[in-house]
Order: sequence, then C-alpha cells, then structure tokens
Amino acid sequence: MRAFRYHRPADVTEAVALLDAEPEAAYLGGGTNLVDLMKLGVQRPDLLVDVTGLPLDTVEALPHGGLRIGATVRNSDLAADPMVRRDHPLLSRALLAGASGQLRNMATTAGNLLQRTRCVYFQDTGKACNKREPGTGCAARHGQNRDLAILGWSELCVATHPSDLAVALVALDAVVEVHDPGGAREIPLVDLHRTPGEHPERETSLPHGALITGVRIPPLPFARHCTYLKVRDRASFAFAVGSVAAALDLAEDTVRDVRLAYGAVAHRPWRAYRAEEALRGRPFTAELAAQAADAELAAARPLPHNGFKVPLIRNLTVRALTALAGAAPR
Amino acid sequence: MRSGRESGKPADDDRSSRITLTVNGVDHDLTLDNRTTLLDALRERLTLIGSKKGCDHGQCGSCTVRLDGRRVKSCLILAVTLDGRTVVTVEGLAGPADLSPLQAAFVAHDAFQCGYCTPGQLCSARGMLDEVARDWPSAVTEDLTAPVELTDAEVRERMSGNLCRCAAYPHIVAAIRDVAAAR
Amino acid sequence: MSAPPVGAVGREHPRLEGRDKVTGTARYAVEYPVDDVTYGWAVPAAATRGRISRIDTAQTLAVPGVLDVLHHGNAPRLAPGVDDTLFLLQEPTVHYRGEFVAVVVAETLEAAREGARLVRIDYDTEAHSTVLSPHHPSLYRPDTVNPGYPTDTAEGDFDAAFAAAEVQLDTTYRTPAYHNNPMEPHATTARWRDGRLLVHDSTQGSTPVQATLAQLFGLPPETVRVIAEHVGGGFGSKGAPKAPVVLAALAARQVDRPVRLALTRQQLFGPIGYRTPTIQRVRLGADADGRIAAVCHDAISQTSKVQEFAEQTAVYTRSMYAGRHRRTTHRLVRLDVPTPFWMRAPGECPGAYALESALDELATACGVDPVELRVRNDATVDPDSGQPFSSRNLVACLREGARRFDWADRDPTPGARRLGRWLIGTGVAGASYPARSRAATATAAAAPDGTFEVRVNATDIGTGARTALWQLAADALAVPADRVAIRVGDSDLPPAPVAGGSMGTASWGWAVIRACEQLRQRLRDTAVPAEGLTVEVSTADEVRAQRPLARYAYGAHFVQVRVDADTGEVRVDRMLGVFAVGRVVNPTTARSQLIGGMTMGLSMALHEEGLLDERYGDWVNHDLATYHISGCADVERIEAYWLPEEDPDLNPARVKGIGEIGIVGSAAAVANAVHHATGVRIRDLPIRLDKLLDRLPAG
Repeated sequence: MRAFRYHRPADVTEAVALLDAEPEAAYLGGGTNLVDLMKLGVQRPDLLVDVTGLPLDTVEALPHGGLRIGATVRNSDLAADPMVRRDHPLLSRALLAGASGQLRNMATTAGNLLQRTRCVYFQDTGKACNKREPGTGCAARHGQNRDLAILGWSELCVATHPSDLAVALVALDAVVEVHDPGGAREIPLVDLHRTPGEHPERETSLPHGALITGVRIPPLPFARHCTYLKVRDRASFAFAVGSVAAALDLAEDTVRDVRLAYGAVAHRPWRAYRAEEALRGRPFTAELAAQAADAELAAARPLPHNGFKVPLIRNLTVRALTALAGAAPR
Repeated sequence: MRSGRESGKPADDDRSSRITLTVNGVDHDLTLDNRTTLLDALRERLTLIGSKKGCDHGQCGSCTVRLDGRRVKSCLILAVTLDGRTVVTVEGLAGPADLSPLQAAFVAHDAFQCGYCTPGQLCSARGMLDEVARDWPSAVTEDLTAPVELTDAEVRERMSGNLCRCAAYPHIVAAIRDVAAAR
Repeated sequence: MSAPPVGAVGREHPRLEGRDKVTGTARYAVEYPVDDVTYGWAVPAAATRGRISRIDTAQTLAVPGVLDVLHHGNAPRLAPGVDDTLFLLQEPTVHYRGEFVAVVVAETLEAAREGARLVRIDYDTEAHSTVLSPHHPSLYRPDTVNPGYPTDTAEGDFDAAFAAAEVQLDTTYRTPAYHNNPMEPHATTARWRDGRLLVHDSTQGSTPVQATLAQLFGLPPETVRVIAEHVGGGFGSKGAPKAPVVLAALAARQVDRPVRLALTRQQLFGPIGYRTPTIQRVRLGADADGRIAAVCHDAISQTSKVQEFAEQTAVYTRSMYAGRHRRTTHRLVRLDVPTPFWMRAPGECPGAYALESALDELATACGVDPVELRVRNDATVDPDSGQPFSSRNLVACLREGARRFDWADRDPTPGARRLGRWLIGTGVAGASYPARSRAATATAAAAPDGTFEVRVNATDIGTGARTALWQLAADALAVPADRVAIRVGDSDLPPAPVAGGSMGTASWGWAVIRACEQLRQRLRDTAVPAEGLTVEVSTADEVRAQRPLARYAYGAHFVQVRVDADTGEVRVDRMLGVFAVGRVVNPTTARSQLIGGMTMGLSMALHEEGLLDERYGDWVNHDLATYHISGCADVERIEAYWLPEEDPDLNPARVKGIGEIGIVGSAAAVANAVHHATGVRIRDLPIRLDKLLDRLPAG
C-alpha cells in the first residue's frame, strides 16, 4: 500500500475541492472495499478524504412516502431503520442479504453503490484487466467467468456490479444527489453505473471529485409489496450469483404496475424494463412472469461458464412475482 | 486510565498522524503511519494480540472488535480514522474477576478448537446480541417489523461473518443461545 | 495415602488452554514479544515457469523503513538436498506461479507490504503445463504413494470377474484442488543469537522443523529451538516445515534482527501445499444382490516439478469392502504447479468420495438399500493384506446410524420428496481411516510436593491433544489430574512426531503412558528425592514390535439435504455420523474433532473448489471471499456419536485417532443425498447449483 495523506474535511464543499485539486485523491467511507483494494495494490490513492464525519448520516421521510438516505448512513443503520423496515422493506432485505453484520456496521450507503467489481482478475494485479489497467486485456473474458456478466458486457470487460442495495434502489427509481465543483445536482441511479463498452475503467457517470451526498427514493404506493431474492454459493456471507428485486401492484389479478431489477448479471444493477413492460396491464400468471423474464433475458449473451444464470434469473423472476401475486392485497 | 505515550515514528511527514484511541478503557496517544489498520495498531503497537489476522481483507472475521459498541472488522479500518474513538477487544471482554458469560459459555461448550477465530467470534457474538436486543432484523427474520426471536437459524445467520475452519459452529451457536437465554 | 483417584480418561473435560484462548492471551507464532523486531514479506513469482533474469530492488530499498531484500542473488546459502520445496531464494529457477522468490524485510508491516509490491523482477519464461487431464502425455507411475504404500495392487483377476459380473458399474469421479485454509496463516518469528536459532512457528510438529532447519542451515540440532505452543489449525498443511520458517530464518540472519513473517491469506493458495485434484475411475462388478466380485479404482492426480507428492487416492478401496478380484492404480503428472501436500485424510478423503458414491450407484442399480449393500460387502479379513482386523465395527456404525436416522422409513425412489420449493433426500456413506502409531519419546517427572510434570513434544493444533495427554498421564500415574502438568509444543521437549495422520494421541499417548507407568513403578520402591525424579522413555522398540494386524477406525455418515427446485441451491438439513474409534479419551474435544471433519466434508461437497486459470497457472479464487468454505449458516443440525469399542491390539491409550475419520466419506454422503433428492448424480465436486439447475425434476 502506497503511503498516503489523510484529511477529514469540515464540509462537503471542502471535500469536493480537495478531490478536485488532486487527481490521485479518493473519498474514504466505510473502507470495506477501498482499504481492501489498497492492500491489494489495485487502488493507490495519494490522499484519502474521509467523508464519514460529514453530516450526511440521517434517514429522512419525504412527503408522500418518499425517503432520503444520507450518503454516510451505515448499511446496518439503514437496514434497521424502523421507517425503512415498514415502508421500504426492499432496502432492508437487500442490505441484510449482503456481507456480514460487521461489514454492514462499517459500510456506507454511497460506498455500497460505488463498490468495485469482485471479478477475481480485477483484484489480482498479476492478471490482465482493462478496468484496472486499460489496454491490458480482459483475462476474464476467456477465463474463470462463472460469476460474471450475461448482460451488457463488452469484449473489454465482463465484470458485474456486486451490490445488493443498488439492485433494490434501482428498482425503486432512486435518485442520487451529487456534489461536484459545479455545485449540487441529481442523477437517476439507473444512470449512475455504466455498461463497460470501450471504457470499463469508467464505472459510473460521475467525474473525478464528485461526491454522492445522498440517495432519494420517490414515493411508490406499492413499495411495501416487494421481495428480494438472492442466490449465492453458500447460505450466507457470499456475493450473489444472481438476485432479483421486485415490487408488484396487482389490481383484480392484473398487473397495474411492477418494478423489477436484477443483480450479479451485468456491470451495473440491471433494471428489467423490458420485463416490466411485458407485465404491465396484463392478467398475472406464472407463465406471464416467465415470458416477461424471457423478454428481458433475450438480450443475454452468456459467457462460457455462466449460461446457467439465464434460467436462474428466469426462475427467480417467476418465483418473486408469483409470491408477490399470491400474497397480494385484494 | 492513560498509558505512557507510545514511542512511534515522529509525525514529521504528512503520511502519518497522531491519534488518541481508547482501547479497553485505556487511552493511548499514538503516532501512526496512515496506512496502519486498527488491527495492526492493536497487535503490533499496543501488543494486544488477541485480535487475529486471518485474512486481512474482511473475509473471515477473526479480527472482529467492538468500535464504539459495534462489532466491526478491524483489518479494514484505518487507525488514523479513529481519533477519539473507543475500541473493545477480546482482552477487554472479561470482568476484573472472571470470564464474561460468553467466554465461559465458549469454554463450556468447546466452541472452538484451534482458537484462532475465537476472539473474533466472541467480539462478534457480543455485538450481535446487542443488535438483537435492539431488534435489528437479519436476512432470516420473517417479519421485519416484529421483535426478533433469537432462534438457532438467527444466530447462524448473524454469526456467518466469522469463519471457523475447525467448524465449531454448532457449539458456538449453543454457547450464544445459552448466554442469550440467561439475559 | 490419598483416596483412589477417579479415572480421567473417558470423562468430558474442557480443553486446558480454553481460558487462554477465550481471553486472547494464547500466543500464536507471530505474537510473542520480541525486541527490535522486523517484518518479513514474501514476494511471489509472477511467472509460471522459467528463470529470473533480473531483480531490481532499488524502488523497494527506497521505501522508508525497508531494511533489505533477500533473493537468490544475495540470500544466505542453504544446504541442498534436504527438501526441495524449502530450497528457497537459492536459484533463479521459477517452478510455479506464486513460488516465493524474494523477501522484503522492513521496520513495519506497512513498509514491508509496499516494498514487496515494488520489487521488479524480469523472467525468461518457458511454456508451461498446469492442468491435470486423464490423457496428459506425461502421466507416470510413481514408485510409491503417500506415505509409502505400494503404487498399484492386484488380487485375483479383475478384468475377467468384471466382465462376468451381472451388474457392472463404470464411473469416473473428479475432485478439484482443495486448499487447507487454517484460520491462522502460516507464520514464523525467527531470531538468531550467538549462532543459535530460535523460532516460533505455526507448525503441526516442531521436532521435524528443528531437524530440517538444522540441516538446511548446517547447524547442530541442539542449537535450533522451535516453539509451537498454540497453532491456529493446520489440517495437514503445517505437517512439515513450510516456506515461512525458512524465509524468516534466512531474513533474520541477513538483517541480524528478529523477523516476523506471516503469509497473507492469498499466499496460502499453493506454496504451502493443497489437496491435488483427482480423476478417479471406479469399476464395480457385482451380482444382482449387490455382492461385489470385482472392484477396480484407478486414480490420477498431480504433483509438481519441485518434489513428488503422490496422493494415495485409491488406497481406501484396498481394504474397505469385500470382493475377491481387485485392482488399484495410481498415476501422476508433474505439472508446473506448487507441490500438493497433506490435507485432512489425504488419499482416504477423495478416494472415499469416489468409492462411496460408486457404492450408492451400485445400490441403485441393484435395487438394494445402500446401508444393506455395505453390510453385504463387509470384509472379515483385510482384503488387501489378508491380515485379520484388530477390530472392525463398520456394520455396527451403519446399523446404529440407521437407527438414529430412522433410515428404515426411507423411500429409495430418487427425486420423489418435495416440501414446498425444496426437494428432500437422504444419503449414506461408510468411512474408514488407518489407526497407526509412530515412535515417540516422553518424560515423566515427580516432584517432592506430590505433583508431576509430563513432557512430550506433541503439538496441539486445536485437536485437544494437550488435554487428552494430560488425562492419559493422570490415569497412568494413578493420581488426580489436578496434580499433573503437561508440557507440549517445544522442540526442547522429548522428540515426538507431528500432529497428523490421526496418529497423535496414539503415538504421544503411548510414550506418555509408558513414562508415567515407569515413574509410578519407580515410586513404589522409593520416595521422591528432593531434586525430583524423572524417567524418560522411547517407544521405538515397542512400536516396531507391534504385531501385524489391519488396524482401522470406521464410521458411517447419514445426511439429509434439501435442494431448491428453482435455483439448484443445496442445503444440508442434517449430518449424523457414528464412529468406531477405539477409546475416546475426552468426549468434549472428540466430538469437536468429529463434527469438524464432517463439516469439512460438507464444505468439500458443496463449496470448495480451487479454480485454476491455465494461462496463468494459479488459482484465481485465492481468498476467503471467492474460495468458499462452509460458514455458520451452512451447518444446521450435526451430530457425532461413537460406539463403545475396546480394541486391545492398538496401543496403550487404546485409541484409533479421530482427526480425519470425520471427513472420510462425508462428501459422498452429501452427494448421495443430493442424488436421492433430485435424481441427479453429480460426479464432479463441488455440487454447485449450476450443475443441478437444468436437470431438476419439474414441480
């Protein structure tokens, strides 16, 4: 690990100015991923700007059932927040499905969204990775890629985004509040993470120095009627092999509205718009759910070792939606 | 209590820092390389070797300590971020007279073999029981809004951040259940 | 005279060092206070095969706090021919990716880590071969297999008997590379003073470490002291001296200061050994009732170009079940990979997975209950050696397990039980492991105050050995145990073999009991003199004179699994093991050992797999986030029982060893249960959801 300077900024403006002035500076949140990657030599910041002391650690109700989550709210606090548990249980479910109790006590909301891929080639500086070192190649493309992407990948990168929370948030149309030297702005979470394309080293649409200060969730009348299903290779404390976040609004057995997102299938949390479109306005059946999943997964291009993710996500979609339909308030 | 000042490297460069850290009730003034993790500060500077380094990447839980009352993995926390904070390690779990109930239950149930993950298991269990007392749900909690009932399945899920290659898991669960029942 | 002592052996007792372990005061290898200590950091090779053409240490030496960089160009010389895996930093040759080629020594861990990253090494590389395959052009027949068994065996005429059999089964099973992953990474503190070397090492046996270091550094053995008071697990991987102890000793000599050197978790995936991948063809020829007439087990595994290690994969099949016509073979390939080594029940563990799976397939093929099939094929004498068994209670284990597991109610139809989304199934497997003893020495000393101290260089790596030996000593001395102190884990103590091969308590206990018996005998005639009275024994002659018998521990595993019909996820509802292991000295620690082995079998069946990337020649999932071992949530209900077994032909402790029998067969029982649940037979471990997903019965 390279020796680095450390600073605790007094406010958001100072934090943003510090990073703006230093191309090799990085924000430090819970550290659960950054410190890990610094030890591996994958990230080598010269300056760490510790944002955990900034006043961004509250969860607030917004009018009409919306929610604002401060960037430094710890994952465990967010998952346990009574309001979140009651009104936005998808967030609690997704958070509690991830990591471990200790890590959730450390990790922050923004840090969770900005965590890097767990692709083993990215994490090993002895192996080729275009994300870590542009131009070196993607060893995963023809390597051990069982855990990696089936959707939206490019020949340069087949990594997946590892967050569970991001899958839930992207399903709920969350908006990210960002400060950069130009001031404050907002971007839909679905636009925060990129597909790798020609530039896998760019994981988000944020420029260097931009600081996420919070996440807002707009009102969603059926937010309580949701589920998060996560499949992993052991019973707990493992990243997803595939996950589905779903919320369903049925009226007289007809899908009035639906939110669906997939995890561990792409370089970003994957909002399943095509599937949603296939569901809306139609009488709900398990067959419809399967057709909807197929509509979304028609674009899937499995890698040599991860073809199973297509039926897995399909089955999870059907299970999630049929469970919600079966338990729907009538 | 306050210990004698640690003789560290002088803070004459901008890549090390002075912090005050309270560990097991003792205040320590430390000058640390900014890169030093809480785990390495405990083990190498304060000679508190109870906290273990099993993976150094937050993947095994052997380094678990309590930071301001919460269980955390000390290998992924930079000590420089902890100025003024309070840490309790396994060395701080026992009372002045005897083992804490959790420690005694671990011995009684043979909840370890090689013992290397044990300090982390104990600190994690301690923190986990507090989380249960605050009705924090887990991934296996059926109803997110109901009070938590501490079943075996709940303990297993909540302790899954602490690996044990000797696989004392069922004995760890039994030891924790014993202590929880007595609370 | 004091009251007659209550026997300590057979009674539950918390492990003696329990308090130290729960208070964090038990010291492991790099936790001893050392003045002027420095930190070593091993540098792995980034080439798979070739030679170092240039090492540039300038950037490393410029890091504040870095003291030195050792490599083949400047490291102290070691004696060749001692152990080629330990001939480190002596030559520019690179045998495998990850081989340690340099060590950075620094004032702090932070400087050492950064310094290691900055060592620039150029390599002249050569083409490499890193993947085991059944048709590899360089397959060969080793002279023997670990730890000295014949490579191939044959009785009768397998080919003819197989061809003539009513039921023929011919299947191939594969197991991947497994990594031991003890929770404490291999680590050493080394210091030199006046030509003497003192090391604290994380090892399963400090006697061989002492001998090896003395040879490597050209020292009289008595000038080397190796301490291993507490060891954070080993599971075989610390069963011989490994790289860290050599690197630390080299570094400490080079910088003339004490060195602490711990491997990182990532560095454990290869250089310290691993369980070789295996490819195992099993053929069974039986009559329609499932009685085996012909059995053949052909095993292929890998070794390195550094040193040969031949996993004894098919040895399990030689003695486990009856069958007149039998053949076993072992073939090896030397690859450009690290040298495989012991991992909990080397040979028996992967071999039993194959044979016990094949027996399940035979039971299905014959329509015979798999417990009954095993009972029908029980052996009365060792089919391999023709020798009688000292005791053989396999059938009793099967019967007792079946009773406890309510096996009689089982419907044998595969894929026929569904509970909501879950497919439910149960499976059984047998288990055996040799009950061996090795020579050891021990002393027993009486003090005038009526207390005793017993010394033996056993190592307690978490097995409970310290406590068991203390119990054995108390009974042999016929005194209350609280008057006895036991000392282990230091090469200054009487030499003794490693903790391995389930031989520890048998071997150390033998010496302890004999020392205590002789001391007791001496004290019949004399009072304890003021300076105390010590007797020392060696069991070499007695062990050598053991009468030739087939000595094995036995067991039976019963497992229930549930398989998610939509996702293929497998969960183990219940594991139940019944074992016949001779006398159980301490039920408390014995139970922990047995369930620990069973759980490692669960982990093997469902979770563990080293994923090799052929292009690089190393395992890409080299940490605990990507190489999964079973966690707390994976172990739901697990029970270990043992039968009362008195076997007079074992050793004075009358024990068979319990460290490995728990893992033998347990993965097969899981795999057999998965087949029963789903109708899908997975013949390559681990059983992951992707192998099941598209093959599950429709709901």
